[in-house]
Amino acid sequence: MRNLVKLGAIAAAAMATAGAVSAGTLDKVREAGELACGVSEGVPGFSNPNSDGDWVGLDADFCRAVAAAVLGDASKVRYVPLASKQKVLAVSSGQVDMTSRTTTWTMKRDSAEGVDFTAVVYYDGQGFMVKSDAGITSAKEMDGATVCVTTGTTTELNLADYGRANNLTLEPVVFEGKREAVDAYASGRCDALTTDMSQLAAFRSGFADPSAHTILPEVISKEPLAPLVAHGDNQWKDIVTWVIYGIIAAEELGVTQANVADMAATSTDPNIQRMLGSTGDTGGFIGLESTWMFDAISAVGNYGEIYDRNLTATLGLERGINAQWKDGGVLYAMPIR
Amino acid sequence: MSTEPIIFQPTPARAAPSSKIGAVAWLRANLFGGWKDTVVTIALLAILLATVPKLIGWLFLRATFWGDADACRLAGGACWPFIIDKFNVLMMGVYPQELGWRPGIAAIALIVLAALTYTNRMRGIVLVVAWAILPFFALIMIGGAFGMREVDQSLWGGLMLSILLALVGVIVSIPLGVMLALGRYYGSPVVKSLCIAFIELLRGVPLITILFMASVMMPLFLPPDMIINNLLRIQIAMILFSSAYMAEVVRGGLQAIPNGQTEASLALGVTRRHTIAFVIVPQALRHVLPPLIGRCIALFKDTSLVIIVGLLDFLGMIKNAALDTSWLGFQAEAYVFAAFVYWSICYSLSLYGRELERRGPSAQKR
Amino acid sequence: MPMTKTRAKSGFALGNIGSMASQGVVLAVVLGFVYLLFTNTQENLALRGIESGFTFLDKEAGLPIGDSLIAYTPMRSYGYAFLVGILNTLFVSVLAIILSTILGVFVGVARVSHNWLLAKVAAVYVETLRNLPLLLTLFFIYTVVLAALPHPRDAIQLVEGVYLSKRGFYLPRPLAEPGFWSFLIAALIAFALGLAFWRWAALYKLRTGKTLPGFWGGLGIFIVLTALAYLITGRPVGSELPVYAGFNFKGGLAMKPEFASLLIGLVLYTAAYIGENVRSGIQSVEAGQIEAANALGVSNAVVTRKVLLPQALRVTIPATTNDYASLVKNSSLAVAIGYPDMVSIGGTIIGQNGQAVEIIAMWMAVYLTINLIISLGMNTLNARVQHAER
Repeated sequence: MRNLVKLGAIAAAAMATAGAVSAGTLDKVREAGELACGVSEGVPGFSNPNSDGDWVGLDADFCRAVAAAVLGDASKVRYVPLASKQKVLAVSSGQVDMTSRTTTWTMKRDSAEGVDFTAVVYYDGQGFMVKSDAGITSAKEMDGATVCVTTGTTTELNLADYGRANNLTLEPVVFEGKREAVDAYASGRCDALTTDMSQLAAFRSGFADPSAHTILPEVISKEPLAPLVAHGDNQWKDIVTWVIYGIIAAEELGVTQANVADMAATSTDPNIQRMLGSTGDTGGFIGLESTWMFDAISAVGNYGEIYDRNLTATLGLERGINAQWKDGGVLYAMPIR
Repeated sequence: MSTEPIIFQPTPARAAPSSKIGAVAWLRANLFGGWKDTVVTIALLAILLATVPKLIGWLFLRATFWGDADACRLAGGACWPFIIDKFNVLMMGVYPQELGWRPGIAAIALIVLAALTYTNRMRGIVLVVAWAILPFFALIMIGGAFGMREVDQSLWGGLMLSILLALVGVIVSIPLGVMLALGRYYGSPVVKSLCIAFIELLRGVPLITILFMASVMMPLFLPPDMIINNLLRIQIAMILFSSAYMAEVVRGGLQAIPNGQTEASLALGVTRRHTIAFVIVPQALRHVLPPLIGRCIALFKDTSLVIIVGLLDFLGMIKNAALDTSWLGFQAEAYVFAAFVYWSICYSLSLYGRELERRGPSAQKR
Repeated sequence: MPMTKTRAKSGFALGNIGSMASQGVVLAVVLGFVYLLFTNTQENLALRGIESGFTFLDKEAGLPIGDSLIAYTPMRSYGYAFLVGILNTLFVSVLAIILSTILGVFVGVARVSHNWLLAKVAAVYVETLRNLPLLLTLFFIYTVVLAALPHPRDAIQLVEGVYLSKRGFYLPRPLAEPGFWSFLIAALIAFALGLAFWRWAALYKLRTGKTLPGFWGGLGIFIVLTALAYLITGRPVGSELPVYAGFNFKGGLAMKPEFASLLIGLVLYTAAYIGENVRSGIQSVEAGQIEAANALGVSNAVVTRKVLLPQALRVTIPATTNDYASLVKNSSLAVAIGYPDMVSIGGTIIGQNGQAVEIIAMWMAVYLTINLIISLGMNTLNARVQHAER
């Protein structure tokens, strides 16, 4: 009898909620007053909790930029650490509003897994790190090597492809988390560690003696890293996409965290005026305040500042292809007008 | 002439033969009772002599108790400053340090209640109510309510989270388990088969798959707007998992109640429902207290699996601490400390379980 | 057990609850609930554009697997990759069941030993392992194993062709050479002959009361005949030695550190539980029975075999069935230390194509099947033991 009552109650509760209409992500975020942003479990330079428990890094900064643009307050972010396996499902099932978590843009994910990619925030590529005393200078010399790799990523697929394409026998040891893989590599379980180049640099800088490890020159894959949103909510996708373009455009236009207030007041460049809401209402196109980019840039600065703060200053990463198109890189923000 | 009355004077008993008492005899009986025994003893002694002094040396004699990582590396023994430095994080995860007193109060409440229970100062319905309230009290203290600052669940971690998961899991799953057991034992064919299906399904698969299901799949089951956060989903999974095992334990108790109890109760005109609720179930639960304690231990140990679905419980924090770059190379200390904490909690629970078995209803019958 | 249950039920038929109407309502509610979950899931999947169904099993997996019993390349299908996982799960489980049973029996016997030191050491072992989470034990073993072993270029050579290093435990691989099949057939015949002799000795004893060394005689027959066959067929078993080349050993049989850690962890953990089952089994046999048998002049070995064991097994087997089932389920912790079992590979597939519903259903189906097989096997065994007693 009690079972019956119990089941009835659950069923009733479920039916009651089933009737509700699905609201857009923007309304949901505004109503909650915070942005649920999926991040990694800890990748230095991209998203990593510092000793005060605050999330810092390039990915975390993009979460803050979106929160600033949408809610006007960059601190209104709830960071949700996600394992590799969870990252796609967490956003497709609505547990987080977006992920900013070193996720590679692939056709399959974009089309068949219920998520949409927004805009690329970092162009990465996969590489290998080996111990310097192994005396290897090229990935092609790695026949027979054991390689530590993280599961649930494009990394493990690229590793298999690379071995196949170059006729190398690479023996994978597959781990659940990046930290486990790094740890196993450090303990000598594997000859090499493979993941994105930027992360290899980050992990290498964490070792007691970074010079004992060499990052091999081969880049074996294209890894365009982009934030994810759920498939089907076009307005929300537009918001995240254009905040990213805005941050990139800000660098191109010379708008920085320090001068954004001046620029908004005094700049005569129509591009800057439009972006910062001095003239026109670009925010209105995507359902935001006209000060959307002003708030975002005030909170985190432009792309160059974000990059320097998180990747150059701490990990010593060069801009490389992640430079503006004018400087020979591939960053190319679409026109905001 | 006076004759001395002859009184029988027994010769005092002789002491036991020296070959049967004393240290030598004990040694002979217990350690060197034959050539096989002697060989085993000597081999074991050799192993112990080879390992125990080294272990003690590492743990205490050569260990560093104050200082930093470099001092530890110099001494070569265990590095306890590492654990001291990480202590707060291990206990509470990234929970705001300045609010640490709140989980502290919850912990004290838990310890006091455990002490009262163990010493038998508190019993009966008061005890049950106190234990039923405790998890909610702990949740309020940790999560914050009634004007206290709210702390988001993504910040809960460490030993606090492990204990909370186990505590809530056990206390909610017992009534669920009782209902499942009653359904399986007394229910109509449909209820019975549903209960059996539920119990056997959950008992047949590893906890990890259930946790995966909770963390990855549950959002797909629910209507798009019904969002339950990760911690709660995992807590629900642990409760359901635990309730299936509890049900089997309780069923054992139901089977142990003699039929006469039911007959007597029904003959006195007590309704069936009341007979079950007030005659059968209380006795059954008393019978199965020791195995229930066993399930508590198992559930506490099982909470360590939540790191696989991304919660940072005690073991998760231990692993994180071991990977801290400023304290590299002290994994062993972290794991030894984790082992010590888990072992102390589980072993005291199992001692309590044995104690209950000694005073319990099945012991009295002997 | 079943007796008590029927008795309790017959005296307590809850007729009114069993009425058709309320049963129908319960069923309807549950079915409705399940249907709701199903439609929700369908709706959600459609909304998110996630595929469903099992067609993905035929697609190319592309994922690398480090340790496989069957030949695997990333070009194989998802279904095949999952099969690799199932086999790995089965392999580690079966091996762990065998080893933990052996160790568990030793521990259980040691626990009740007259040797004080042995009993104490066994007790410390049991109390330590049972009161620690298996996951912690696994992490510890994996870390310790990796830390203790040398790089493959300085591998420890135990005997010719047997190496121990961070890359694993390498053994020579036995190779079948010409004449292997005739040798195998001869060995099987020798085994049958040995077994026949053992049976015959037992029957002979029943008939005449005279004891023959049936077991040892049978074993002797088997060994001598097999050895002869080996020589006659021209030593048809060769071996492929592992050789260090470049980064790692090539050739030979390898046992990877992940597999070894998982196996050791499962065996140590489960043996502690089985040890307790064995101990309570032994202690359930009244001391008087042993003393009586001893007083009749029955030798210790026979007392153990004919008096102690059959009765102790009655208590030990049902409890051990549960422990075997737990062991299989616990093998899923492989995912934490990087051994590619079914859960680990399935999890990777979820990460790649998001088809969680299908994979989790497959996990459940496989585990339930394995558990069913274990309980069927153990129940058969149990029935035989209980039967022999009556």
